[in-house]
Amino acid sequence: MTEPVAGIVLIEDDPQIRRFLVAALEIHGYAPHEAATAAEGQRQVTMRQPDLVILDLGLPDLAGLDLIKRLREWYTRPILVLSARTQEHDKVAALDCGADDYLTKPFGIEELLARLRAALRHLAGQHPGNAGGRIEAGSLLIDAAARRVLKQGTDVHLTPREYQLLLALASQRGKVLTHRQLLREVWGPAHVESPHYLRIYMRALRAKIEDDPARPRWLLTEIGIGYRFADDD
Amino acid sequence: MAAEHTDARPDPDVLLQRVQREASAAARGHLKIFFGASAGVGKSYAMLEAARKQATAGIDVVVGYIELHGRAETEALLEGLQILPPQRLQHRGITLAEFDLDAALLRRPALLLVDELAHTNHAGARHAKRWQDVVELLDAGIDVHTTVNVQHVESLNDVVAQITGVRVRETVPDSVFESADEVELIDLPPDDLIGRLHEGKVYLPEKARHAVDAFFRKGNLIALRQLALRATADRVDAAMREYREHHAITGTWAAGERVLVCVGPDALSEQLVRRARRLSNSLHGEWLAVYVETPQLQHLPQAARDRVLRTLKLAESLGAQTDNLSGEHVAEELLNFARQRNVSKIIVGKPMRTRLRDRLRPNLVDALIRSSGDIDVLVVTSEPGAAVAAMPRLPRRNSRRPAYLKGLVAVLLATMLCAALFRVLEPTNLVMIYLLAVVWVAARYGRGPSVLATVTSVALFDFLFVEPYFSFAVSDTQYLLTFVVMLTVGLTISNLTAQGRRRAAVARHRERRMRSLNALSSELARERSRESLVEVLRRHILRAVGGQAAVLFPDATGHLQDADFFCTRGHAPPPGQTWFPVPGNDLGIAQWAYDHQRNAGLGTDTLASADAVYLPLKALQRCIGVLGLRPREPRQLQVPEQMHALDAMVNQAAIAIERVELATTARNAGIEVESERLRNAMLSSISHDFRTPLATIIGAATTLLSDAPAGIDEAHRRTLLQSLLAEAERLHRLSGNLLDLSRFDAGGPRLKREWLAIDELIGAALAQLRDALGQRPLRIDLAPDLPLFPGDETLIGQLLINLIENAIKHTPAGSAIEVAAQADADWLHVAVRDRGPGLPAGDTQRLFEKFRRGRTEDAQSGFGLGLSIARAIVLAHGGQISAQARAGGGAEFAFTLPLHRAEQPGDD
Repeated sequence: MTEPVAGIVLIEDDPQIRRFLVAALEIHGYAPHEAATAAEGQRQVTMRQPDLVILDLGLPDLAGLDLIKRLREWYTRPILVLSARTQEHDKVAALDCGADDYLTKPFGIEELLARLRAALRHLAGQHPGNAGGRIEAGSLLIDAAARRVLKQGTDVHLTPREYQLLLALASQRGKVLTHRQLLREVWGPAHVESPHYLRIYMRALRAKIEDDPARPRWLLTEIGIGYRFADDD
Repeated sequence: MAAEHTDARPDPDVLLQRVQREASAAARGHLKIFFGASAGVGKSYAMLEAARKQATAGIDVVVGYIELHGRAETEALLEGLQILPPQRLQHRGITLAEFDLDAALLRRPALLLVDELAHTNHAGARHAKRWQDVVELLDAGIDVHTTVNVQHVESLNDVVAQITGVRVRETVPDSVFESADEVELIDLPPDDLIGRLHEGKVYLPEKARHAVDAFFRKGNLIALRQLALRATADRVDAAMREYREHHAITGTWAAGERVLVCVGPDALSEQLVRRARRLSNSLHGEWLAVYVETPQLQHLPQAARDRVLRTLKLAESLGAQTDNLSGEHVAEELLNFARQRNVSKIIVGKPMRTRLRDRLRPNLVDALIRSSGDIDVLVVTSEPGAAVAAMPRLPRRNSRRPAYLKGLVAVLLATMLCAALFRVLEPTNLVMIYLLAVVWVAARYGRGPSVLATVTSVALFDFLFVEPYFSFAVSDTQYLLTFVVMLTVGLTISNLTAQGRRRAAVARHRERRMRSLNALSSELARERSRESLVEVLRRHILRAVGGQAAVLFPDATGHLQDADFFCTRGHAPPPGQTWFPVPGNDLGIAQWAYDHQRNAGLGTDTLASADAVYLPLKALQRCIGVLGLRPREPRQLQVPEQMHALDAMVNQAAIAIERVELATTARNAGIEVESERLRNAMLSSISHDFRTPLATIIGAATTLLSDAPAGIDEAHRRTLLQSLLAEAERLHRLSGNLLDLSRFDAGGPRLKREWLAIDELIGAALAQLRDALGQRPLRIDLAPDLPLFPGDETLIGQLLINLIENAIKHTPAGSAIEVAAQADADWLHVAVRDRGPGLPAGDTQRLFEKFRRGRTEDAQSGFGLGLSIARAIVLAHGGQISAQARAGGGAEFAFTLPLHRAEQPGDD
């Protein structure tokens, strides 16, 4: 592990999951601190100023959403949300409230680690592929300074909205953006309730960018939640 | 031979009646009447004495109500008996004491004493008459002792009134008197009674003293005593007869006599009814009372119609079956009815007509006698002194005036034509022209105008065309014949047409009724739910009588629900306020009607103070509810015919509702069996499908933790961990599926519809299944420009995942999977195809049922829930799902989803 040891606060009420997560995180070189309740979690976050917070949505003393809102009043680093299957509708709300990513229980540790890495990279400010206003993903190159998109070295012609959409996703690589967030960013706050725009533009964008639009490599759909620009290379 | 044979045997109908009577008698209370010739003979005293004996014998005796009239001897007898406190009724500020029926029913003694059976209850009591209270007590199985004076027996009421000159209004129907199990005559010789009277031992109200003095004359008392003795003797005779019948003593099986009495709108009818009652009683037969409504009678004034209804009601209370007939000819209708009902005697009143009219028109009596055949016709005269109300004349109808005028115009035209042809035609042929006019008027405008036309024609013809002209004198007597013929023809034709018209009217009336009943039954047959059946019934009832109707159904405990059916079900009331909320008081009446399966409320004997009538919905097996009806014209309920029509409608509806309810019960039973089967299937499925992975998990984990002497080498450790993971994932899938399923079962999924792109969702589903798919060849076949479709993103994603997962699960690793999507005008078509072993033979839709797998005990586990969830999702979106075998091997699971293209959103 060449990365510095990242401090993580884990707020989760189930002791078994806590035990497994703490063990797994320690094995992989992180420094986790556990909290079983929202109050305890809040105290830990304030005290330790961790690099990242892992938060379970179903806490006994305070709704996860409310905790996110409270933390977001001052805490700017990534928040990763864990949710059970019955709380699917809460995931979108959590992301809209300011959570950075989510994981649905049960999950494999590889999946968790990938999300952690993505979030921490984001915290570090740069994805290895994103440098100097240039975003590289495989054969794809987005040159934000020049407002150009190249695929295998060839110019891809995008409409302004397609470009804005692609840039919104690619500039936050690995992070899930909800429909609302994307609509607000690309179309403006008046259009947050029109997700069909996204479907149409995403289809057009994939047709221009992806090798196989039916099985996209970069522009990933998170069913029921939103979109994500693939993080891996 | 055959006749002899049947003579020796009891009539089966009679036998059946007796069996039914005995069956109901077994559960019924025992009624004993202490019967006397007049007040003061000591009935109450005798009743109390008998009660004391019973009480000493250990029987639970309660005094329900007793009139002491301040008699000390009687009061002394009450000593030691439990007395039920009377209920206090408030009536116009006065508190009235009344027998408390409900308290008695609640107390349920073995024997209850209720004095004065003929008493009329005060307003506010449940029944109008005390004898109705007693009938209810008997029905409830309580024995009752009561007292009755001879003048209170309905059918003897007239006779007593004739003897004593005093008519009592409080009467007991003969049927109640006769149904008494025991009648004990309390006899006191008239001299003794007068003696008691003088000693002040008989209670006499002060203000009635004068009338009472007249009543208690010795002659009256002798006559009353004779009547009482005879009535008792008749009962003894009846009991004897019954005994003989019961023991099949031959020779007493005379055919039952049936007496039919015809009532009219005159005041004599009431007497006629009482006479019929006495006659039928002495013949030990049944009797019927009918009113024949002819078209003329349809225009009777209200008062006369009401009298008819009252008379029929009286007959009913005296035990007659009543009916309303309608027809042109009274005699014909009566005889038809009589033959249908096997009537042996018809009673009619002697007509009160002037001699002239009698001569001119055949009267009912003549007509009846002429065609009565083997039916006896008894003509009864009015009793002397009885009030004879003159038949009110029909009001003249002014609306006929134009008809008369038009008749005259026709005659005038005929005259003009005659004048024109006067020189050409013989006068006898001119008559033909007039005749033509008269015939036309008669056919067109009926009798009145035709008579006028005839007379005018004759006059004009005589005046203008018969010598000497311009004079009514007739020179040739043969013209008199002409006049007579003209008059006769005119009258005959007008009579014929009028008759025809009336017949048509009667036929129309009948047809209308039949049609409405038919319409009701066919409408009822079409409906499948109780709500709609009730609505049909209400519509028809309201069409028939108008006003407002409500239907009440009982809850599980047999209590009618206290709000209107349409309110409780959240139905909007039908327009025009044709429903009404049943007020709290009325609910009790409705409940009574339901419990006793008898009509109650307005226009009935029970709780008549209500403003609605409550008819029980009697079906084949039980009473299923109550119809409340607040008719626009309460009088309509008095018309027996109308009530019969209502009853018929209510019965039809009740049977239809029962049919629907039985069907529902049967269906629910079926559902229960099915859900029981499902529960069992699920339990065995869960126990199998959960235990298998758990066994692996626990086994692998314990192996890893165990202290193996040689340690666990890396390869084994990995294998164990992999199987741990795989089985845990399998459990995850199962629990996820179960969770989804329970969500669908709890009232179906709530869809969060958005416009979705199927290509995107297919891509996302494949991405989620990337690990499971491994290196399988995958073919994705998407039509270009697939339209968006409305759906729930999560659910459609789940649907695709389930179908693809199903394909992965049931095909060998490495075999290809295809996903295809295309659209036509209205539908999106999606298919997931594989090259696996195909589908089991049989109904492929069964694959989508819960807890079913293509092959039993498949190595692949998973409840088979994935497909049933897939189907639930597709159905919730209004689509179809199917499975079929592919040509060349493998299976295809295909679904369609509606595109709703018309609502497609435009882009930016």
